[in-house]
Amino acid sequence: MIGFKPILPFGFNVLYPLGGLFFMAIAISGLLDHSNPKRWGNAAFWGLLAVVFLAGDLLPDAVNGLIAILMAALAGFGQIGKGVAAPDPGRQARSERWGEWLFIPALITPVVALVGTKTAKYLTLNGQPLIDPKQATLVSLVAGILLATATALIMFRAKPTTALTEGRRLLDSVGWAGLLPQLLAALGAVFVAAKVGDVIGNLAVTWLPLDGPLAAVVAYTVGMALFTAIMGNAFAAFPVMTAAIGLPLIVHRFHGDPVIMGAIGMLSGFCGTLTTPMAANFNIVPAALLELPDRNAVIKAQLPTAGLLLLVNTVLMYVLVYRF
Amino acid sequence: MLVLLGVAVMVLGFALRLNPLAVVAAAAIVTGLAAGFDIVATLTVLGKAFRENRYISIVWLILPLIGLLEREGLQERARTLIGRMKSVTAGRLLLLYLLIRQITAALGLTSLGGQAQMVRPLIAPMAEGAAESRHGPLPDALRYRLRAFAAATDNVGLFFGEDIFIAIASILLIKGFFETNGIIVQPFDLSVWAIPTAIAALLIHGTRLILLDRRLAKDATPEMSK
Repeated sequence: MIGFKPILPFGFNVLYPLGGLFFMAIAISGLLDHSNPKRWGNAAFWGLLAVVFLAGDLLPDAVNGLIAILMAALAGFGQIGKGVAAPDPGRQARSERWGEWLFIPALITPVVALVGTKTAKYLTLNGQPLIDPKQATLVSLVAGILLATATALIMFRAKPTTALTEGRRLLDSVGWAGLLPQLLAALGAVFVAAKVGDVIGNLAVTWLPLDGPLAAVVAYTVGMALFTAIMGNAFAAFPVMTAAIGLPLIVHRFHGDPVIMGAIGMLSGFCGTLTTPMAANFNIVPAALLELPDRNAVIKAQLPTAGLLLLVNTVLMYVLVYRF
Repeated sequence: MLVLLGVAVMVLGFALRLNPLAVVAAAAIVTGLAAGFDIVATLTVLGKAFRENRYISIVWLILPLIGLLEREGLQERARTLIGRMKSVTAGRLLLLYLLIRQITAALGLTSLGGQAQMVRPLIAPMAEGAAESRHGPLPDALRYRLRAFAAATDNVGLFFGEDIFIAIASILLIKGFFETNGIIVQPFDLSVWAIPTAIAALLIHGTRLILLDRRLAKDATPEMSK
C-alpha cells in the first residue's frame, strides 16, 4: 500500500478536500442562479475559496494571499449579490405534516458533535486513532452535519441538489460576511508578525496613569476590553496586556493574586469581544444570518451588557485581587 | 508606531461603513508594508495565515441542512410550538436559553448552541413566535431588535459560561502564559474565579431580557381592528 496517502486519523486531510468540493459545488450552483444579476461574482468568490481549500497547501503562500485580496476586492467592488427566491406556498402545510419530528434532524448535529468530541480519544482502528485528537471537535461537528443532512434528505425524500440550492441560497444571504472570520484571523497573524500588540502595550504603559493599585486594575481591565475590541480576540490581547500591566504592576508591585487577575482579566477581554465588528463570527455573521438590515444590530444589542459587565469585572478584580 | 496605521485603516474603514472584507484586506497590506515587509512578504504572511485558518469557514457545510429544514417549515414549526405555550414570553424564553447556554458551556458542551445551528433555525423564530402570539404581528424594527437579542443571548451565554470549564482554550492559554513567566496556576482555580462574573452576566443580561418583554408590551400593542 505504499504510495497511498494515509487517511487515518481523520483530520484536516479529509476536512479540507470536503470543504473544497462543497465550495466548488456552491460556486457552480450560484452560476446557475439566473435570478442573481451578480452570479459571476458569487461564483468567482466561492470558487476562489474552493481553490484555497483544495490546493492551498500546494500553492505558494503569496498566491494564497493574493486570492484573499481578490476575494476582498470582489466584495469591495460590490460584485457579490443574491437571487430572488421563488415563493413557496406549501411551507406551512409541510410543517403541519411533520409536526415535532421536524426537530429531530436539527438536533442530530449538536448531539453527534458532542458525543464525538467526548469519545474521540477512545475510537481506534487497529490501534490507530480514528480521529486526529487535535481536530476532534471539528471532525465531530462535520460528521454530525453530514449525518443530519443525510437523515433530512431521506426523511424529506429530497434530492441532494435541492439541499445544495437551499444551502447556497442561505450562503448568498450571508454573502461576503461568510469569509470575514477567516480573513480576520489572517489579519491577526499579520498584526503579530508586525508586532502591533507590543507597540500598543508600550503605548498603554507610557500614557496611562498607573500610580496606584486601583489605577492598575482599571488600566488592566479596560485595556483588555479595548485591545480585544481592536484585535477582535481576547486571546491576542491577554499576553500583551498581562505582560505590560498585569504582571509588573498588579502582581509584582502591588502583590495581587495572579489567578484572580488572569481569570477576570480574560473575562474583561470577552466584554470587548461583544462590542467589535472584528469579532465577526459572533457579531457580524449572525446579523447576516438573521437578515438584519443593520449589520451592527447585534453589537448594539450587546453594548449595555458589555459595559455593565466590564464595570462589574473591574470592581470584582479590585475587591478580590489584593485580598487573596 | 508606524504599524498602527493598519489599526487606523480598520477604525476609519468601519467608521465610514466601507465593505468590511475590503477594509480588513487593506489593513493587512498597510500593516505589513508599514512593518517594513515588501509586498510579496506581506502577501506571504497573509496567505499563510489565510490558508491555515481555512477550517473556520468549514462551518458553512451546515447550510444545506438548515436550508432543507427551513424548506420543510422548521422556523414556522418553532414559532407555532412556542406560540401554543401561553406563559412563555420572548424575554423569558431567551432568559431560559441564556441559562441553559451558560450551564452547558460551563460543562464544556460549547457546541450545543451557535448562531447558524441554533439561533437562526430555532431560537430567533421561537422568540418571534412567543412575541407574536401575545402582541400580534410585530413591526419590523421590533422584530429585528428581537432577533438581535437572540443572537446576543447566545454570545453572552457562551462567553460567560465557558470559562468555568477547566479545559477550555482560554483557561489553558492563561495557564500557559503564566507558566512561561514562572508562575504555576491550576486550571481549577482559574475556573472558580470565573463564577462571580458568570453570575453577574446572568443577572445583567437576564434583567435586560425581562425589560425587553416590557418594551414589547409597550411598543407592539396590537391594533385591534386587524
